[in-house]
Amino acid sequence: MDLFDRHLDFVAALRRAGIQVSVAEDIDAANALGAIDMTDRDQLRAAYAAAAVKRPAHRPAFDTVFDLYFPALLDDAGSAAEEAAERATPGRQIYPGDPTLVQFREQLAQQLLAGDADGLAQLARVGVGRFGAVTGGAPGVQSWSAYITMARTSPDTLLAALLEQALLPDERGTMAERLMRQTFAARIAAFRRLVDTEVQRRLAAESGPDRVARTAVRPSAERLDLLHATNADLSAIRREVQPLARRLAARLAYDHRHGRRGKLDFRRTIRASLSSGGVPMQTHMRPRHPRKTDLVILCDVSDSVTSFARFTLMLVFALREQFSRVRVFAFVDDLDEVTRFFRPGVDIVEAVTRLDAEAKVRGWYGRTDYGRAFRLFEEMHSDAIAARTSLLVLGDARSNYGDPNVPALQRLAGRARRAYWLNPERRGAWDTGDSCASQVGRVMPMVECRNLSQLADFVRDVV
Amino acid sequence: MFASAAETGQRLAGAGYLADSATATTVFLAASLERPLLVEGPAGVGKTELAKAVATCTGSELIRLQCYEGLDESRALYEWNYKKQLLRIQAAPSDQAWERTHDDIFTEEFLLTRPLLGAIRRTESTVLLIDEIDKTDVEVEALLLEVLSDFQVTIPEMGTVVATRRPFVLLTSNANRELSEALKRRCLYLYIDYPTQERERDILLERVPNIHRDLAEQVARAAALLRSLELKKAPSLAESIDWARTLLVLGVDHLDETALTATLGVVLKHASDHVRAIKELDLSALAD
Repeated sequence: MDLFDRHLDFVAALRRAGIQVSVAEDIDAANALGAIDMTDRDQLRAAYAAAAVKRPAHRPAFDTVFDLYFPALLDDAGSAAEEAAERATPGRQIYPGDPTLVQFREQLAQQLLAGDADGLAQLARVGVGRFGAVTGGAPGVQSWSAYITMARTSPDTLLAALLEQALLPDERGTMAERLMRQTFAARIAAFRRLVDTEVQRRLAAESGPDRVARTAVRPSAERLDLLHATNADLSAIRREVQPLARRLAARLAYDHRHGRRGKLDFRRTIRASLSSGGVPMQTHMRPRHPRKTDLVILCDVSDSVTSFARFTLMLVFALREQFSRVRVFAFVDDLDEVTRFFRPGVDIVEAVTRLDAEAKVRGWYGRTDYGRAFRLFEEMHSDAIAARTSLLVLGDARSNYGDPNVPALQRLAGRARRAYWLNPERRGAWDTGDSCASQVGRVMPMVECRNLSQLADFVRDVV
Repeated sequence: MFASAAETGQRLAGAGYLADSATATTVFLAASLERPLLVEGPAGVGKTELAKAVATCTGSELIRLQCYEGLDESRALYEWNYKKQLLRIQAAPSDQAWERTHDDIFTEEFLLTRPLLGAIRRTESTVLLIDEIDKTDVEVEALLLEVLSDFQVTIPEMGTVVATRRPFVLLTSNANRELSEALKRRCLYLYIDYPTQERERDILLERVPNIHRDLAEQVARAAALLRSLELKKAPSLAESIDWARTLLVLGVDHLDETALTATLGVVLKHASDHVRAIKELDLSALAD
């Protein structure tokens, strides 16, 4: 297969991975290849990235696909001999005290201590070959597992010994130890990524990059399903939410400034005309008074939507910093105003912890009860919704077979200027089981909001 | 401008900018393919510095267009000097035909050149820096498209000005707003993230004279730790350079708990971030 075919396959794989590479960018990338030193893999990677990847969120997916289509060369004679040795002893059992394993862990500890990136990459290659081999899906097919490699070599357990070596005795228990711990944790994480890459490289060599690329690429933060997001995903999402809220606020401000201009500012126009000999060449308008937008958010924080709730709280937090008049209410089967936890300048992690501990959102039942929540809201806080208020309800509309109290919700929605319901479930699951999506959907428009890009669409289309 | 990616890296280093392989390659590509380069990344990682370094090491003049909300074409491209035009009309002899006066006042003499047109018209080598493009309104982006793709500016009264020598164009953005696809498509793209600990140490050694290697290492490590906390504003590279300088001025040669608590204000600029860092690093005993 020549370079041109490889280029076409690579670009096709990028597109399959959700990176939109336009034809113009494709041509740019091909031109860039002609200008660089093709034998340098770092340059090749940088050239493709510069021409084809224009969003930081796409970068991890790009790197995965790049490693599959342009794997590192095993150039030295050592690794060739190593691979031959692996092939000679397939399926050998590895026990914790195995001499090769002990020796490998010693080498790994040295490289982690030194922080040598090339050395770690070399060890990842050796480690996957020796300790990560598993039987493939079909007879005669070899496969490898990053999980098994990491479990057997367990670099995390080296941490204590590494700290012992790197620190002076009087530095134990001080900040210096924390800093070193952080450094080693970062290096171990780097080793983990190298092992992942190596496993994918070997799988790609065995069954072709196309097949591996289909399964290996993780969705980028903007497409992650919010109901199934892990902690690491959530922190990636948090970084994305902040600009989204800022954009939303900027958009509202923009519409206020440009939508309608005020009356002629006679005084300023005349003053300005003095510089052009009394001819009013430029008119000045008075700015309009910006319309204040009130926002009331009702947020389900029950266990079934934990990660969605955390995401919405992030969004609320981001919005709270941009708008002056946002009121936030959280509920499970009891309802409490939680605006106080989201004062501007407060730390988000702390706000969420305090909300869990202090807010009175759980009653005796402890599971979501929309009916009770809406009734309580109407009784206690109905003054929060005025003619200019936008109402946003966030939740999965699963009321545990209780009555969702649609009339109360209808009264609330009727009073607000606009009302929307954001549902983190996919549309197909609505109205299944205890979901009352269509019942409440008749009262206020319900929008599917499973990931950041859907949220961005909502922001763009609706607000 | 440059011969190869490796040479680009060396020359940037010569201008005091330690570029990693990706940055050097991308700058080299932008120069040799004559494409604009869009640089994104968190604030204070050296995006603007990169443009300055490119200008220094190629001996070009740096023309800078600082973007802000409300920037319009009369500030970015060109403007007619209407006061002078008015004078010209008033001073015209009364027997001169209007057509003649009209032709007179739309000439080079009455044109005020703004950065974009200025960069296009220069015959010497030029680096054009369009800083913080995300701060402008969407209309300005559309205005830029002609300049960025064809390196030309069309002035309705005069005609089209085409660049005799294409400038090296560098745009920076903090991603306050998603830039349009049309703009991104015309540019090469580089994302500069916070540097790794090893690189940050090297940059500190380069940018802070007389700093000891150990201290640089400790500052880099502490900065990485602070960035891993969930802060409102993570410390940037510029701030860790300031931090190292501060420590040097204070005569601190070892960054321990006391020194960190005393100088936290140099790196963290929000009260809530202070509280969080002090809590996470167990510094509460020293903070009072």
